[in-house]
Amino acid sequence: MGSMFAFAESRGGELRKVAFEAVTAARTAADASGGGEVHALLIGAPGLAARAGELGRYGADVVIVVEHAGLERYSPEVYAASMAERLRPGGYRAAFFAASAQGRDLAPRVAASLGTSLASDVTEFEIKLDAVLARHPAYTGKVIVTLHLTGEPALLSLRPGAVTPVESPRTARIESAAPAMDPAVARVVVTAMSQGGGARLDLGEAPVIVSGGRGLRSAENFKLVEDLAAAIGNAAVGATRAVTDDGWRPATDQIGQTGRLVSPDLYIAVGISGAVQHLAGMRTARTIVAINKDKDAPIFKVADYGIVGDLFEIVPRLTEEIRKAKG
Amino acid sequence: MKIAVCIKRVPDMEMRFSIAADRKSLDQGGLKYEMGDFDGYALEVALQLVEKQGPGEVVVLSLGPDSVQETLRKGLAMGATRAVQLKADEVPFDGMAVAQALATELKDGGYDLILFGRMATDTASGTVGPMTAGLLDLPCVTSISQLDIASGRGTARRDLEGASETVEFPLPAVLTIDEGITRARLASLKGIMAAKKKPLDVRPAQLGPARLTVESLALPAERPAGRIIGEGADAVPELVRLLRTEAKVL
Repeated sequence: MGSMFAFAESRGGELRKVAFEAVTAARTAADASGGGEVHALLIGAPGLAARAGELGRYGADVVIVVEHAGLERYSPEVYAASMAERLRPGGYRAAFFAASAQGRDLAPRVAASLGTSLASDVTEFEIKLDAVLARHPAYTGKVIVTLHLTGEPALLSLRPGAVTPVESPRTARIESAAPAMDPAVARVVVTAMSQGGGARLDLGEAPVIVSGGRGLRSAENFKLVEDLAAAIGNAAVGATRAVTDDGWRPATDQIGQTGRLVSPDLYIAVGISGAVQHLAGMRTARTIVAINKDKDAPIFKVADYGIVGDLFEIVPRLTEEIRKAKG
Repeated sequence: MKIAVCIKRVPDMEMRFSIAADRKSLDQGGLKYEMGDFDGYALEVALQLVEKQGPGEVVVLSLGPDSVQETLRKGLAMGATRAVQLKADEVPFDGMAVAQALATELKDGGYDLILFGRMATDTASGTVGPMTAGLLDLPCVTSISQLDIASGRGTARRDLEGASETVEFPLPAVLTIDEGITRARLASLKGIMAAKKKPLDVRPAQLGPARLTVESLALPAERPAGRIIGEGADAVPELVRLLRTEAKVL
């Protein structure tokens, strides 16, 4: 029996979806290895403790709350030190992070501090008696590596979307803790954070992504993609590298090996040929739809449903049909 | 300014990969190798800093067998001052094992900056940079897309999901470089000639213990063969029906 640790990522006082994914993974791991406890760590500015109940709903037995007025924004050194302090005495079989921008920054620091190893960007895992097996897509998603991870705790960062949050409700005990170092003495300081695009859904959290490529011909024509996303409702808008390189969309919208790696329930590729670099970022989507004028485009090889033809006719029609169906 | 840039030799990702008989490595037949994309951006950032703020030195380091010397020579041809090979039979998958070897080499080097690519494009883990920083107890900013260095301090921008952060830090520091910051220069013929005479030191890599090892490699499950359901806007109603009733995603 082993207890599991989960980092519950938050931003601006709100839990992110990946926090529930990490807690769900820890719960699954604990239940599969004899029913140990799940301890989730929540760190940020005062007021965050109010979010602890939500983590209990997904299976956290204990929520460690680290609050400090100096933690309005991410502080990599304080976060890493606080996590390492909690993990160092032992007792945790595995620790789960999200392979998000923050988790990818944080988990290797915690690993170095503990002198342990880390499996990154994991899509599946299995807790064995003496090791953890973790699957990780590498080589632009063209090779799946199964990794054998020993040592306690085994550190894993999970690809956003790879684990579906599942409720396992309980009343979590709250433990308050002070940060392991004073944020005022941190060397690396996040001095500003700018939210792009206001309330729009993040690519890593959206169940549906509508993505556009060069086939759209101009930045203005992305309106077609945005209208389709709006008609679907819970959809985010992505783009190919060619499009972000040309400045039609911000670099943060890029899906692909060098951009975001996403696994939504539905991925609609509009005017995207399907270069290796792009497929690496979205081939794990559950359902893929492709709309392209070239019937030989590689995107059709991975698309569950393809329509060949002029996207400027097909996409508005699709938007209309979805509005009707939802109406 | 003295800058170290850690680079990795990786296969060209446009290739078709197949798994070797041991099920743990790639079939090497026909593979071409190059410097990792992000490592190229990191080297470019270092070269530009020294060019603008000189005088200085850019040292490229790579861990691995003698084949990495080719990648180091490319770094020298781009303009690095000298190169160091940390010799090992192979590059372990475990980022900590690699970070320990790099930290040992870099510890007393007197570097103002130690740069990495955001991740190696082959193992796609992005752990060695921040782990090396942790072992050296140096400030670290990962995955940066903008950088300013002035009077012993730096300001960097990091892109997050739907947001970005401005991060300030003192030097010396470890940074990992995302794309978007710059494009890597091509080596000139003159640079390639000069690189042949630049120093390339070889030292044994003091690798740490590997607790993360490759159990097996596999090619990803093929998605069910793609299905084209029709042509033109007339196929849209059928698509909506399939998405609702078959895929159940709408």
